[in-house]
Amino acid sequence: MDYKNTLTTCVYCGAGCQIYVETIDGQITGVWPAKTHIISEGKLCIKGWNVTEFVNSPDRLKTPLIRKEGQFVEASWDEALELIASKLGAIKNESGPDSIGWLASAKCTNEENYLMNKLARAVIGTNNIDHCARL
Amino acid sequence: MTNSIPEFETDTNCFLIMGSNTSEGHPLIASRIMAAKEQRGAKIIVIDPRKTQIAHLADIYLPFRPGTDAAVLNGLMNVIISEGLEDKAFITERTEGYDEMKAAVAPYTPERVEEISTIPADKLRAVARLYAQSKPSAIVYAMGITQHTTGTDNVKSCANLAMLTGNMGVAGGGVNPLRGQNNVQGACDMGGLPNVYPGYQAVTVPEVQKKFQDAWGSTSGTKVGLTVTEMVNAVGDGKLRGLYVMGENPMMADPDLNHAYHCLEQAEFLVVQDIFPTETAQLAHVILPGAAFVEKDGTFTATDRRVQRVRKAVEPPGEARADWEILCQLAKRLGASGFDFASPKEIMAEIAKLTPSYAGISYERLEELGFLHWPCPSPDHPGTPYLHKGKFPRGLGHFHAIEFKEPAELTDEEYPYTLTTGRLMFHFHTGTMTRRSQKLDQEVQQAYVEIHPDDAAKIKLNGNKRVTVASRRGQIELDVRITKRIKPGIVFIPFHFAEAAANALTNAAIDPVAKIPEYKVCAVKIEAVQGVRA
Repeated sequence: MDYKNTLTTCVYCGAGCQIYVETIDGQITGVWPAKTHIISEGKLCIKGWNVTEFVNSPDRLKTPLIRKEGQFVEASWDEALELIASKLGAIKNESGPDSIGWLASAKCTNEENYLMNKLARAVIGTNNIDHCARL
Repeated sequence: MTNSIPEFETDTNCFLIMGSNTSEGHPLIASRIMAAKEQRGAKIIVIDPRKTQIAHLADIYLPFRPGTDAAVLNGLMNVIISEGLEDKAFITERTEGYDEMKAAVAPYTPERVEEISTIPADKLRAVARLYAQSKPSAIVYAMGITQHTTGTDNVKSCANLAMLTGNMGVAGGGVNPLRGQNNVQGACDMGGLPNVYPGYQAVTVPEVQKKFQDAWGSTSGTKVGLTVTEMVNAVGDGKLRGLYVMGENPMMADPDLNHAYHCLEQAEFLVVQDIFPTETAQLAHVILPGAAFVEKDGTFTATDRRVQRVRKAVEPPGEARADWEILCQLAKRLGASGFDFASPKEIMAEIAKLTPSYAGISYERLEELGFLHWPCPSPDHPGTPYLHKGKFPRGLGHFHAIEFKEPAELTDEEYPYTLTTGRLMFHFHTGTMTRRSQKLDQEVQQAYVEIHPDDAAKIKLNGNKRVTVASRRGQIELDVRITKRIKPGIVFIPFHFAEAAANALTNAAIDPVAKIPEYKVCAVKIEAVQGVRA
């Protein structure tokens, strides 16, 4: 049996409480507040105590999907990424970089937001990037 | 936040909470505020149209008319100046523009503010005295201050008030927006905005553009890009042909959803990268499965600028991949170099090189210290729990002369109620996560509208429990909760519920500077649905 506790940060509000995610053999079995953490101090709110429940929802997306004739059809990563790259490349060539927009994410990590900013600006060449900070 | 959360418990003597439902939106921050009251006798003032949970614990609670925040803040400053409670040394040594601000607030006597906001003049005076004489005092706010067509003015007024009383650059003071999303601070810090590169380096400055041109090999122009609401409109106009959405759900979060749907369904090419098939994903041409927070490594930045690690505990399901890996793979397919990262640790090293406020942040230091507050300009810097000590980044703090302006849409005969929207303790934003969490969803399973008993009588509810609420933009049907926690004439709807989406009603009118929509004020009418008994 592989029992682990992984220290990480809650994904709900901006308070930034830290939690231990308890796993047994790669499956989540519990959430514990970090006792020594500057905000959590051994406590969590009701959302924090239940923060991993959505992770195993049967609704999770598990494979790339491409809409074909109005229906979503399962696709390989190769096929999906190639379609996106060719379509975005064609739009950029025909209508310029500012004909493409990017929505970054207040739920994703700093590193991921940095990469999307680099992708939009350095690769496509547009400042059309924003996220839900205003919403 | 100019200050950090633990200072609330250890230093703050008075909290002025405006437009933050702290105990539902940020429970662990509210517990610090309550600890300050219990242990040190710190005072709590809450100014909000709804009597929220924290308002029940307040020393002074003032309900007021939504959207009149700038008038209230000007009124507080009017009292402080007329009673000589301002911090004269701070004003002289650290600020500019005081005389213009003083002239601007002079007409906002407590009596005039009472007419505008409904707050009794003597209560406004009491709040002004308590805030000014309890130093350090902290202003705490959330979207109740910012989601207005005057959001920028409201924030400037908060800064005016803090500077007027010398509550800037001190532990336990400051102007403290509580950010609603776990990493909305970080998404802003990392250049997820149309006007700035990482670290708020403006795209309009040619030297900044050159810095990123040199670092990345190529970059965008010096013209500011489109905001989210502008992008949705541009998709509808056909000006934006492609839209790539990562971990966001504008089809629930945007104002005036019928209009947003009309725009996005016309998208020529929409990509959605998410963990769930959201309302937005239903309109996509390609959907990519991303990873949840427990399935990847990285960092989040909390509302008090505190950078912390996110660590992988489990594998993503099926073929889902970490979002940073997806973006690197897409960049390579677009023929780009500079995306050969083996781990988020390597991405952070590049961030630190290009972002002065993150220059001293590394995974090694985060392992050792647990967290770092930016600005952290060098590898030996301890981080900055509170800002503006001794000096503002621009030198002198600038007072802005602010005039009160009415919200964009006021009530009239046809639409006689003011709608304001917000969150519940058990749900989060568009509900994508919490409504799929059984333990949370069972607490509140469907939308409702809070109305005052006097209004329930006026709309002839007569024991029916459902109503239609309609604005000029849309209509929803939902349950009623009759409560005295809200003022007569004002109604509240939580915005988490897709089947009765509050944002079908809200007004897309935006603040001219921040481009933030006026979610907190619009005009609606309410009619009882006959035959559904309580």
